[in-house]
Amino acid sequence: MKFGIVVFPGSNCDHDAFHSASLVSNGNAEYLWHKNGSIPSDVDCVILPGGFSYGDYLRCGAIARFSPIMNEVINFAKSGKYVIGICNGFQILTESGLLPGTLLRNNNLKFICKDVFLKVENNKTPFTSTIKNGDLLRIPIAHGDGNYFADSDVIDELESSNRIVFRYANESGEIVMNSNPNGSINNIAGIISKEGNVLGMMPHPERYSDSILGCNDGLAIFNSIVENFN
Amino acid sequence: MKSFLAKVNITLRKNILDVQGKTIEHALHSLEYSDISHVRIGKYVELNIKATDSGSALKRVTEACNKLIANPIIEDFKISIEETAE
Repeated sequence: MKFGIVVFPGSNCDHDAFHSASLVSNGNAEYLWHKNGSIPSDVDCVILPGGFSYGDYLRCGAIARFSPIMNEVINFAKSGKYVIGICNGFQILTESGLLPGTLLRNNNLKFICKDVFLKVENNKTPFTSTIKNGDLLRIPIAHGDGNYFADSDVIDELESSNRIVFRYANESGEIVMNSNPNGSINNIAGIISKEGNVLGMMPHPERYSDSILGCNDGLAIFNSIVENFN
Repeated sequence: MKSFLAKVNITLRKNILDVQGKTIEHALHSLEYSDISHVRIGKYVELNIKATDSGSALKRVTEACNKLIANPIIEDFKISIEETAE
């Protein structure tokens, strides 16, 4: 299978995403410039990488959402193909309406760059199927606007339909206030679309996908995508 | 066509905790401005627009706010329109 990594002006995790995608697909990955009016027909999974698209002007992801390629990404997602948005990519997905809610400023108003533990809450997704429910992944976060917010009816729907895929946990796997780095409702770190093919997450699995970096917990997510495709 | 100046004030919706506003409120209280409360931080956007009348200018700017300038999930906005010279 083939990955396409969208590059916006200001993306800075595109190379890490490319590297991680290449590791699991025998190098079957390509960059997609945001001005492209189409996505090559052989691409099976689009990654919206982290970074600061358009300098985070106005709101994070608000301007990137109107880049020419985003119409194609929306059609791609609607056709049932896999889309994963990481960090700024998650913000772009909420701005575009592919995922509900939005990401507010971190509740301590600080940019936070550190490792966190993610508890996998739903492994019946194409992005987590090689992981056990309840498993912990150590993954870095690096964001100033990661405080997930949605109206209470949206949160209720996400909860009842098991669409919260990752939550911030402590080292023992407990979902507690102290393990919530940014104020996200219900410790939400990643959610999936109703159809199950679009994942948005604030933490960066692509930064921990190669053991040479000291941790490769994030690789399981990329492995899951490939396994589901095959 | 006439020219209008639109002034857009954007604030977080009332039910959303405005952490910056709260922080500033606490700082004001420690400066003994205990009579000040409900501090809200927002954004101010100014733009020019050409339209036949102020009603259609307002309609157009409202549309732009809902689409891009504000995020209706978390933000309220108020628009004022005034006619300007060319």
